[in-house]
Amino acid sequence: MDKTATQVFGRPQSLQDRVLHYCPGCTHGIVHRLVAETIDELGVREKTVGISPVGCAVTAYNYFNCDMQQAAHGRAPAVATAIKRVLPDGVVFTYQGDGDLASIGMAEIVHAANRNEKVTVIFINNAIYGMTGGQMAPTTLPGQKTTTSPYGRDVNTMGYPIKVVELLNTLTGPAYLARVSVHDPKNVQKAKEAVRKAFEIQVAGKGFSLVEVLSTCPTNWGMSPVEALKWLEANMIPQYPLGVLRSPESKEAPNDI
Amino acid sequence: MVERVMMKGNEAIAEGAIRAGCRFFFGYPITPQNEIPEYMSRRMPEVGGTFIQAESEVSAINMVYGAGGAGARVMTSSSSPGISLKMEGISYIAGAEVPCVIVNVSRGGPGLGGLSPSQADYFQATKGGGHGDYRLIVFAPSTVQECLDMMFDAFVATDKYRNPAMVLADGLLGQMMEPVTLHEITDLKIPPKPWATTGATGGRPLNLINSLGLVGEELERINQRIQAKYREIEANEVRFEEENTADADLVLVAYGTSARIARAAANKARIQGKKVGIFRPVTLWPFPYQQLTDLAKAGKRFLVVEMSVGQMVEDVRLAAGGLVSVDFYGRFNGAIPSVTEVYNEVMKLTSKQGVA
Amino acid sequence: MARVDFNVERCKGCELCISACPKKIIRLSEGFNSKGYRPAEVIDQAQCIGCAFCARMCPDVVIEVYK
Repeated sequence: MDKTATQVFGRPQSLQDRVLHYCPGCTHGIVHRLVAETIDELGVREKTVGISPVGCAVTAYNYFNCDMQQAAHGRAPAVATAIKRVLPDGVVFTYQGDGDLASIGMAEIVHAANRNEKVTVIFINNAIYGMTGGQMAPTTLPGQKTTTSPYGRDVNTMGYPIKVVELLNTLTGPAYLARVSVHDPKNVQKAKEAVRKAFEIQVAGKGFSLVEVLSTCPTNWGMSPVEALKWLEANMIPQYPLGVLRSPESKEAPNDI
Repeated sequence: MVERVMMKGNEAIAEGAIRAGCRFFFGYPITPQNEIPEYMSRRMPEVGGTFIQAESEVSAINMVYGAGGAGARVMTSSSSPGISLKMEGISYIAGAEVPCVIVNVSRGGPGLGGLSPSQADYFQATKGGGHGDYRLIVFAPSTVQECLDMMFDAFVATDKYRNPAMVLADGLLGQMMEPVTLHEITDLKIPPKPWATTGATGGRPLNLINSLGLVGEELERINQRIQAKYREIEANEVRFEEENTADADLVLVAYGTSARIARAAANKARIQGKKVGIFRPVTLWPFPYQQLTDLAKAGKRFLVVEMSVGQMVEDVRLAAGGLVSVDFYGRFNGAIPSVTEVYNEVMKLTSKQGVA
Repeated sequence: MARVDFNVERCKGCELCISACPKKIIRLSEGFNSKGYRPAEVIDQAQCIGCAFCARMCPDVVIEVYK
């Protein structure tokens, strides 16, 4: 073994050394790591407060190596708003799923974005409710089968997938809105850049930042983890185009990463 | 410095909070408490505080959770339907042991109800209100001065016990003007909050604000700790007032606005030679069970007066333990009992054979 | 000399690293870890180019990369 080798990849300090409870192949772990790497790189771990949602990531406080609050279902942006107002020099982020953010918590996310609260939101869109057992999410694709849309999502009675970043992009407030995916190494790298940009914008006091991360749920999709990544690429990206919709540099015109 | 001014109850609540060191207010408009957020929106910038008109009562109480968890003195206010909306958040706050003050300037219900004063939120305030085994420390002012003073008491209690406190007023107290003495508070009694999520600086252990207990009997242990705290609150924080109970045959039991009406009726009956006293719970939880039990053991019977169909009367009956009869007179759905109505009830009860 | 270290006890056998490896030098072990998963292992460490694609895709921070 080469003793002179230096580590080029390992566990970030902002991620606790614990077994993640997520199912095999669940991409939550990837996104947790990206957030933790960012906190390390910006050197803000000791002034960061994270907010975990209700959903699979409810116990994210067991993983992030920073102060945490656990929020009621959908209310993380309200909790984050207040923490940031109490600690204006702190770094505050929420980590929310699609049921939490885009269904029950739609009011809180819209208004936190509209007030341009100086917080960062990491939004996991995997088109399904994971924790409760695979029910339909507001982001479930047309025709997609879930345990509460067993015949497939019928858009005539169940509506269409909600495009969160496009919806928030109608507001004047937010500083940064991006959608990324973690279905392959190249996109994981782009996702990392977006997460880092989102935190940098907060640290610079520029305003509200949100990164929507297209993610998988192999267990509730009924696929192997590798099949799930392929399904995401083939089915979710056409529905949810990737890119930066809003940045401080170009507040109006969408552009690509 | 002492100032004497005329104020509405709602304004007194807001000014009382600011003088008690509250620097964060999150609320949503609802009648009859709108003067509180309006006052706060003007005063908070003057004292370097934060006012946010939230998108809903639900959001407001979750902002309270966040700010309280981060160590701030924080409050929200609302009225009955809005308090119902906050209940999930209040349960979280109790479970996570976050200090904060919630003001309910209550109105008639159920449902959208009306805008008139009511005391029909007693159960909600004193029995928990939301899901799970928890209690709020509940203060019931009956004057505008007390609206102001009890905000300080509520903030001291919530910080001392890390348990949410409620000030339960009603629309009459909120809207009524009375002269108020404004004291400057020199000792805010804000304890250190080493548990707050302020960022894990200098290698201190991580702080977590949480009400989830999934593993084994963790949740039972959390509840046992909270219950032990409640026994301590019951032992230390019961507050009440009594007048003319020593020789009384009949004791009127009432809180808040009803206590003012009951006192006037009792004084009127005294003039008629009736031996009538007044007992006023000042804290509704912890409730003065023992004091009422002692009065029952001394053979006093009770007439409970409320602006509801009868909620606190159940606690008075518990305290009386079947030793004496407990009667009730209430007006409800926004109606307020008149002094004459209560006086007539007193005369009726004290004229019965074997009572007076 | 690039090298990857797998913490086999943390591996859940999801195979995302296998799908990401450009050199196709990762496979699932024949054996099991204490959780009952067949952990990923490297067939030929000498061919590793240290690209860290496997580590980047791993949801469980199983993999450390050295160069």
